[in-house]
Amino acid sequence: MRVGILALQGDVNEHGAALADLGVAHRPVRRPEDLDDLDGIVLPGGESTAMSVLLESSGLNGPLGKALAEGMPGFGTCAGMILLARVVAGGRPDQRSFGAIDIGVRRNGFGRQLESFETDLHVAVLGEDPLHAVFIRAPVVESVGAGVEVLARAPGTGDGTGDGTPVLCREGGVLVSAFHPELTDDRRLHAYFVSMIEERGH
Amino acid sequence: MDETTTQRLTGTTRVKRGLAEMLRGGVIMDVVTPEQARIAEDAGAVAVMALERVPADIRAQGGVARMSDPVLVEGIKETVTIPVMAKARIGHFAEAQVLEALEVDYIDESEVLTPADEAHHIDKWGFRVPFVCGATNLGEALRRISEGAAMIRSKGEAGTGNIVEAVRHLRSITGDIRAVGQADAAERYRWAKELQAPVDLITEVAETGRLPVPLFCAGGIATPADASLVMQLGAEAVFVGSGIFKSEDPARRARAVVEATTHFRDAEIVAKVSRGLGNAMPGIEAAALTQHMAERGW
Repeated sequence: MRVGILALQGDVNEHGAALADLGVAHRPVRRPEDLDDLDGIVLPGGESTAMSVLLESSGLNGPLGKALAEGMPGFGTCAGMILLARVVAGGRPDQRSFGAIDIGVRRNGFGRQLESFETDLHVAVLGEDPLHAVFIRAPVVESVGAGVEVLARAPGTGDGTGDGTPVLCREGGVLVSAFHPELTDDRRLHAYFVSMIEERGH
Repeated sequence: MDETTTQRLTGTTRVKRGLAEMLRGGVIMDVVTPEQARIAEDAGAVAVMALERVPADIRAQGGVARMSDPVLVEGIKETVTIPVMAKARIGHFAEAQVLEALEVDYIDESEVLTPADEAHHIDKWGFRVPFVCGATNLGEALRRISEGAAMIRSKGEAGTGNIVEAVRHLRSITGDIRAVGQADAAERYRWAKELQAPVDLITEVAETGRLPVPLFCAGGIATPADASLVMQLGAEAVFVGSGIFKSEDPARRARAVVEATTHFRDAEIVAKVSRGLGNAMPGIEAAALTQHMAERGW
């Protein structure tokens, strides 16, 4: 198995470290030929507007969109979630997204950096232990299509934006999180994505 | 954390450093108007630094350089969707309090502005907003981190369009990180003494082979090849101050620096984006400088 990490900008190294811990071979993806022979792709955290510009200039936009449309498993965190979503609000008019998962997201929906936060999530598919999650200027999921499974929701603090909204979603081979599992040492979510790739291979 | 929390913990070290990690591989551009901020975002900047005068103009015009007018910061915040940073004077914690109240995403405690305190930097642990600070060597970087900085950038020599000082600072920092990694336990205490830095941070650098926070480059980047150079020397992202909007064609140059930063090891792409950009900022030769901003900070 070989997993690509979109390496135009963002926290590429942290995803690489997570995959390496799981013994999964990985490769940075900056040009179309880097997509060859990949079994899945990670779209990291970063700035989705910058990645959108660089997807176009690198020539990756078409080939990566095609690979996702043909069913290549994808895992997007934060900016990666925005790039994989069907609808993006609060972005720029020319912002691109691949529409690989039927959700609508609002960029920076949880607020600016002062509102960035850490919390614990209950994620049933990962077992009983809570998943510690880091949200950085995170997107809020505003709508979810019928085929999408919501795997975790933001805790309802009652006094914040985005209470109870989905923060971890899956549709088929596409997994997206509004938070950054790559910024903690807990590898369960990356392992879950790897198991999604394995399921597809069987 | 030992106990499950459903609270939202804000302003933590993890979220402060986290935003710096998200900016890696990107370009942060100095802008003095909302229109420039728009051009920067269009070009693929990962963040903008809102200020009233770019360093080249601060040099040329002289006088005391201070925090920007809140009207300017707010106008830029309303114009772009990417993070907005702003500068406070070294040691001027009241300017930093104002910038935090304005909800900027990062504060640069910057030697480009006129220092407000000749002995003390801001106690950055007391803030929820993260800080970036400049450094010329590893000791200075670790002192700033011990004060709470969540990102370090080389100082370079701002407003000169001359990369030589940034290269010196980056090589000093990365070279000493490698040297510290070779030190045994006893030698780490000597390093701590020589660098005037806390031994626990020296130990962390020795064990991980890197700074505890991202290391970016600033001060003198004017061309796509400059960006490629500093990225290959170990910078994780670049700040471009005067280099974009003091050039002949800012929009094209901004895009070119963004592409060169992403594809910094790919000389074909750096060559392609370097073609026909028009004149870079004129620049100042290092020996001709009368004011060395990099010497500010302690």
